[in-house]
Amino acid sequence: MAWRSSSDLSGWDLFAAQKFGIDVGMTVWRVVGGFLFAAVIAVPLGIAMGAYKPIEAFFEPFVSFARYLPASAFIPLLILWVGIGEAQKLTVIFLGCFFQLTLMITMIVSDTRRDLVEAAYTLGCKDTGVIRRVLLPGAAPEIAEALRQVLGLGWTYIIVAELIGASSGIGHMITDSQALMATDHIIAGIVVIGLVGLITDLLFKKVNQRLFSWSLLR
Amino acid sequence: MSRLSIRNVGKTFPGVRRGAAPTQALLPVGLEVADNDFITVLGPSGCGKSTLLRLVAGLEVPSTGDILLDGAPIDGPGADRGVVFQSYTLFPWLTVRQNICFGLREKGLPQAQQRDISERFIAQVGLQGFEDHYPKQLSGGMQQRVAIARALANDPKILLLDEPFGALDNQTRVLMQELLLGIWERARKTVLFVTHDIDEAIFMANRVVVFSARPGRIKAEVASDFPHPRHYTIKTSPEFMALKARLTEEIRVEALAAAH
Repeated sequence: MAWRSSSDLSGWDLFAAQKFGIDVGMTVWRVVGGFLFAAVIAVPLGIAMGAYKPIEAFFEPFVSFARYLPASAFIPLLILWVGIGEAQKLTVIFLGCFFQLTLMITMIVSDTRRDLVEAAYTLGCKDTGVIRRVLLPGAAPEIAEALRQVLGLGWTYIIVAELIGASSGIGHMITDSQALMATDHIIAGIVVIGLVGLITDLLFKKVNQRLFSWSLLR
Repeated sequence: MSRLSIRNVGKTFPGVRRGAAPTQALLPVGLEVADNDFITVLGPSGCGKSTLLRLVAGLEVPSTGDILLDGAPIDGPGADRGVVFQSYTLFPWLTVRQNICFGLREKGLPQAQQRDISERFIAQVGLQGFEDHYPKQLSGGMQQRVAIARALANDPKILLLDEPFGALDNQTRVLMQELLLGIWERARKTVLFVTHDIDEAIFMANRVVVFSARPGRIKAEVASDFPHPRHYTIKTSPEFMALKARLTEEIRVEALAAAH
């Protein structure tokens, strides 16, 4: 039965015998967890920076600088500081997503049409009303789009995080397979990463289209 | 007492770059607008007439002078001055009805009342059947009708219009003028209407205020006392033509000055 170990069945073997499903689950949870953590802070901060110039002036230099720091370069440092557990993986994703997301949302919110803001003021809105009823709904479709793109970015970081000091996850499986010269498993792992990324992306897109149908009108 | 009192109001914008000369958009002007008056402000492009409107709206702060509405100085924009802009400023994520209710919701009016008021103004601007359309599904003329309804629904003390029909084709513009004038003849709101179209200025107004080229100042004030209700056919009457000839001459001089 030697021919059955050929690569066309290695994917099946991975899931059935090697519990690869658990690895995929771990990876997805890390990406989504780190991403949500980043989004929960970046969305309000980005909106505040986009809406208020002084807040932008205060945070922007640091965030712009931090954006250029590659998250993967922090991995050795994070291992020393927070260990090799889940916290380290989540932090890598957080670092990779947070600064990027904050700056994108700042840009989106500060690009809000000036005339719409003025119209809202003449209709009786105060500052908080303008943020709640003009800046937020107007920027929401683009913020959702930015979230979708940055989630994709999170996927590129997680594998790097899992290549070093991980005991589960797709990246870990790939490093293990490398030691065993199991190229078929490595390729299967890469394909699975691509597929899961694609599926989350499509889901995200569908939800955005459903939520913001007005922005698709021409 | 006049409703809107513009006293010695001027506006100078600082230079864009450091050290650049400031731009004087508006020389100190004075204008009294009576209750229920319909005033058009006529002038060549870039003469500061829109600046005057934005000052009254509270979207700009005057460099000199005071603006009083019912005796109280204007401090920032507010719901007592409804504005219709030249650009389409409907909120694209809201339907026609939600746009018209925008100010009413801000005031915290109950839903039922919002619905009654929006119903009335949707009928006034002839948009029945389009209540649930989004702005992008409407033509330019329809969007401006919604913008007028949205401003009127708030029941402002004064309605400010900044070349609201400037981006529309000629036929639509004429129909819009009649629509707005019809609303005014019924409701008698105080209106300040900025335009560069001479026909429009005469047809709509009780009084036409002619602006000079930049820096803007009031060059002439001309009564346009055609009886109401006005029919579009008055545009070809001898009186109308005579007034138009006179204003054309006034504006031409200014347009030439602006071009040089």
